[in-house]
Amino acid sequence: MKNKKRKAEKIIFNSEKDMPITPMSLGSMAFNLTGSWRNIRPLIDLNNCLQCGICWKFCPDAAIVIENEFPVIDYDYCKGCGLCAEECPAKCITMEEEVK
Amino acid sequence: MKKARTMKLSLPIEEYMNPGHLACQGCGATLAMRYVLKALGQKTVLCIPACCWSVIDGPFPYSCLDVPIFHCAFETAAASASGVKAGLEMVGDKETTVVAWAGDGGTFDIGIQALSGAAERNDNIIYVCYDNEAYMNTGIQRSSATPYGAWTTTTPVKHFKDQPKKDIVAIMAAHRIPYLATASVAYPEDLFRKMKKAKEIKGTRFFHIFAPCPTGWRSRPEDTIKLARLAVQTCYFPLFEVEWGEKYTINIKPKEKKPVVDYLRLQGRFSHLTEKEIELIQAGIDRQWHRLLRLASEREKLSVGGE
Ligand SMILES: Cc1ncc(C[n+]2csc(CCOP(=O)(O)OP(=O)(O)O)c2C)c(N)n1
Ligand code: SF4
Ligand code: SF4
Ligand code: SF4
Ligand SMILES: [Mg+2]
Repeated sequence: MKNKKRKAEKIIFNSEKDMPITPMSLGSMAFNLTGSWRNIRPLIDLNNCLQCGICWKFCPDAAIVIENEFPVIDYDYCKGCGLCAEECPAKCITMEEEVK
Repeated sequence: MKKARTMKLSLPIEEYMNPGHLACQGCGATLAMRYVLKALGQKTVLCIPACCWSVIDGPFPYSCLDVPIFHCAFETAAASASGVKAGLEMVGDKETTVVAWAGDGGTFDIGIQALSGAAERNDNIIYVCYDNEAYMNTGIQRSSATPYGAWTTTTPVKHFKDQPKKDIVAIMAAHRIPYLATASVAYPEDLFRKMKKAKEIKGTRFFHIFAPCPTGWRSRPEDTIKLARLAVQTCYFPLFEVEWGEKYTINIKPKEKKPVVDYLRLQGRFSHLTEKEIELIQAGIDRQWHRLLRLASEREKLSVGGE
């Protein structure tokens, strides 16, 4: 199941009148592609994956989704913290230098 | 790729915290929020005072959460939650869970008066303190939750923190609230179960969640879960529940208590400590752990004695 996809849009106010009277949130942070923060990239070797979901569970950025019963990393948002690789019991996630 | 088995996840798949947020790599506070919202679900309102989480969420007009947040002043998390709850009840909403969500500075220090007031009135709110053991949002200053021996920017190595961590759980237990629990991001299933349980209880419920902070602890981002797990395995941060200030239940008893040095050595903020200071820390932990065992066994005796 894929994350509910939200509109990844910046909100622009043309004038002060367009702004809500009380400051409130009008949209999601989905436009903020935090994948650009990443220096190391997690790569999952699905051949050795146990399908345990531990990587999904411990991702602080909710950047791992489950697709067709396997974990899939959303590189638009993954910040490259390395937690998934560290916690994977099968050690099937490797962290590789990002080429920018 | 192998043939796909059905994946069995230990937590619900629904996410109420979305990517794109502003937390540092490997942030424990972020995981705490993710798990708590999985347990509480859509019908939840958060009151968040100044803390890392008021930044992580995103600037106006954005939010990374799917539930409403009321951003309140630093000292007012509990008072704001009490007010939001009262307001909702006025308009006939008895269902929505109102949560005060604050850091350790906002809880142990500046927000303690509002928290004590809400607890004394037994207001119908859940108060969550995610503890990263310092004022992280403003640049790692000491709080009364900072443990003995730690470096922070206001307790430099030459004058590291010389006082022990304030025992917030004992303070909250003394208020005799219906439910309080400690939890850890390394044990999300335990956290999830206790939060579900708390959701069904009326009155003030308090959670103390251990949330490692790689930025402030000078630890590796990938060690966040390892550190939180070691904190439980060394009995530095035991996982337990207290009902009505009396009934203590330990949730996870480590089979073999690990030495605290295993936990300390992974963090730059403790790297200056000498063996003697580490022994002091170990002795403090042993004392606290025995006290907890005693409290938990007293209640077992009580229930055997006919409750
Ligand atoms: C009355 C008041 N004093 C000081 C501040 C500045 N301030 C904002 S966040 C913060 C630290 C919060 O620390 P904590 O509650 O532990 O949360 P953390 O940032 O560690 O997540 C401080 C001192 C403020 N916003 N309001
Ligand atoms: S490296 Fe960190 S952010 Fe990226 S998928 Fe793994 S746990 Fe998530
Ligand atoms: S933690 Fe490792 S083994 Fe488990 S699902 Fe993720 S990649 Fe597969
Ligand atoms: S400073 Fe610490 S608590 Fe704050 S966002 Fe960064 S890692 Fe999380
Ligand atoms: Mg803090």
